[in-house]
Amino acid sequence: MRGITKSFGAVKANEAVDLSVAPGEILGLLGENGAGKTTLMNVLFGAYAPDAGEILIQGRPTRITSSADALAAGIGMVHQHFHLAPRLTVLENLLIGIPGKSGRIDRAGGLTRLAEIGRQHGLTLDPDVPVSALSVGEQQRLEIVKALFRGAKLLILDEPTAVLAPSEVDGLFSALRSMAAQGLGIIFISHKLNEVRALTHRCTVLRHGHVAGRVDDPANTTSAAMAQLMCGHEIVPPARGSSTPGEPVLTLDGISTSKHSGTALRGVSLAVRAGEILGIAGVSGNGQRALAEVISGMISPEAGRMTIAGKQVARFTPREVQALGLGRIPEDRMTTGLVTNLPLADSMVLPRIGTSAFSNKGLLKPDAIRAFAEAQIKAYDIRCPGPMTRAGALSGGNLQKALLARELAFDPKVLVVSQPTRGLDIGAARFIHEKFLDMRAKGCGIVVIGEDLEELLVLCDRIAVMYEGRIVGTLDSGAATVARLGLLMTGAEGKA
Amino acid sequence: MSVVLEQIFQVGFLAAIIRIATPLAFATLGEMFSERAGVLNLGIEGIMLLSAMTGFTATSLSGSLWLGVLVAMLNGMLMGALHALFTVALGLSQHVCGIGVTLFSSGLAYFLYRLIFGQQSVPPSIKGFQTLPIPVLSDIPVLGPAVFNQFALVYMAILAIPLAAFILYRTPWGLSVRMVGENPRAADSAGVGVIATRFQAVILGGALMGLAGAFLSMAQFNAFTFGVVSGRGWVAIALVVFGRWDPWRSAGAALLFAFVDALQLRMQASGLGHIPYEAFLMLPFIFTIVAMAFMSRNAVAPSALLKPFRREER
Repeated sequence: MRGITKSFGAVKANEAVDLSVAPGEILGLLGENGAGKTTLMNVLFGAYAPDAGEILIQGRPTRITSSADALAAGIGMVHQHFHLAPRLTVLENLLIGIPGKSGRIDRAGGLTRLAEIGRQHGLTLDPDVPVSALSVGEQQRLEIVKALFRGAKLLILDEPTAVLAPSEVDGLFSALRSMAAQGLGIIFISHKLNEVRALTHRCTVLRHGHVAGRVDDPANTTSAAMAQLMCGHEIVPPARGSSTPGEPVLTLDGISTSKHSGTALRGVSLAVRAGEILGIAGVSGNGQRALAEVISGMISPEAGRMTIAGKQVARFTPREVQALGLGRIPEDRMTTGLVTNLPLADSMVLPRIGTSAFSNKGLLKPDAIRAFAEAQIKAYDIRCPGPMTRAGALSGGNLQKALLARELAFDPKVLVVSQPTRGLDIGAARFIHEKFLDMRAKGCGIVVIGEDLEELLVLCDRIAVMYEGRIVGTLDSGAATVARLGLLMTGAEGKA
Repeated sequence: MSVVLEQIFQVGFLAAIIRIATPLAFATLGEMFSERAGVLNLGIEGIMLLSAMTGFTATSLSGSLWLGVLVAMLNGMLMGALHALFTVALGLSQHVCGIGVTLFSSGLAYFLYRLIFGQQSVPPSIKGFQTLPIPVLSDIPVLGPAVFNQFALVYMAILAIPLAAFILYRTPWGLSVRMVGENPRAADSAGVGVIATRFQAVILGGALMGLAGAFLSMAQFNAFTFGVVSGRGWVAIALVVFGRWDPWRSAGAALLFAFVDALQLRMQASGLGHIPYEAFLMLPFIFTIVAMAFMSRNAVAPSALLKPFRREER
């Protein structure tokens, strides 16, 4: 790819980007969120038309204006969000767009080819199950098989490990190495430095749509050096100074729930003090969601009491708990966080739309809303064309910053966050962590619900572990290790 | 009461069910193809009416029944293409455009009919399709006269059901249709033309709706009246949901509706005369609502239904 430029409105997503991959090579494409990695690959795959620049395949300039062109040129792509039809079977998803045999779907041919690919790269799949029955890892495998099925010579993987469990990552890497060994070119997009160092042969780093640098020997380059290329400045993990916790700002006493989907809470008691960060660890699906929803007033408990800043919560509604001083950042930014089709500014004031700051006698104050959003965009370095941008057009990191800005602007006494940095790059994650520590210093109590133990260990003063809807143990940061937490998370220590 | 029941359940009753089910089956299959590709076609009611009119007119002027059927199908395809132009190519609201197509087609049908036939005291009629007994099969007791002594269009409808299932589930094109209705982005990244596939599915659906219209004016009533469709298009939309977007189930739903409709016709004609006939007329529709409420809870619509596809949208 030579001199690729692509703009969305006023934002230049890519500017004069050069990139090359050789057969048998795994190229890492590094960059923070919003650096233009995905856009660049969508240009290569024909989903977006570049404003300038050309694509050369085996030395020949090739026009790629649709994914059909890309496929014909031997380019296969595994998107971050899978392009599968959940209700169709594995085989049907593979055979889509493949000409049939005498007017019928070539089932036998498809099965043969699927078995062949399975043997070659160790990527096996059951052809007749619907995709919805597959695990995320298997769906990704299907996406890779789909690309190989179409004879891809160059495979693009957009943040493939973001959705995988650690054990699945190893499987993916060995499959990718096997494919490269057999002459496939692979572009591996990621912002996880250790993965890029472990897997890739070479890597190109993007920053703000430009090529910030190239690394010819990632395995022997330090993460710090690569991180500096990505962010343009050095990254130091935030130091968590000591703090003296004050009075409890959030207490739960024997909270139990039942009337909701997912794991219910069974007698959960906990307390968060002012100036303290409490981590909630646990394997996903052990009641963390119910806990977050009870605290943020979205579901009412069957039994138990909850206080915020010393006052008992009488009615569990989001408005009530918010009025008592609770801020929350939900797990799913897109569905419960923001309204993706509304302007960013509207989403940022939504929880407080009825307050006198943003409305007067039932009428909105558009200027105040805009000014608030503009101030936050500036303060939090949210990258977007402006406050009236559709919220859904922002990248994950910028959305998370927007949500954080929205809650912190009103000095909550307690902040509840779920998966605060999932899917975010180092720079954005670092920024979020710093903000948490700032709030802690200001005397805010913070509950961080997360699955990333490393993150919890860096951030939290205490970590409670949930298992099957109960809190099975709480460790002080000094005593907590990944191993001990891991043991608690499986319920082993809780039973003993 | 037993006399009433005897009157109701006889060979003629079975034949009536099949006859009533035919236009519904065409219409339901047509709507199903369109919806499987992700396009709700609320133009169905109007497309059926206009096709009934143009088919009838073509036959009336030329004397050829099959020419009329052809004209009705082409007319349905044209209106399907119009709906696809708005909803697929331009990505406009499928609800609004569909209702627009229905209003436009109905208005056009009334207007052209008046223009061609004027205001006549006795509405013009044609010699419509005659029953075409199939040798040997029509001699089977009960089933023979009911199923195999019908209009040619009825046989076409019966054949259309397995054909639709074959196309949808066994051909690459059918797979493309299902894929663009479930996840157009996936289809696009697999090199399938989403816009083209949706156009084709909506146009095929239009052809089937045209057939449904042709059946009404050229086999069932042998005349065109303004009430010739009278809600059958809307019913087909419900039947698609009831049939869970599957050809066999949809056809089954059409048959079930036809059963209730035939039943109410018999009840009107039988000894229950002290009840106003309008009460019986309501029955099939009450049945539809009840059936929809109870049977369709776990029906899952194609994921991309109502969603226009634009490639560069993030």
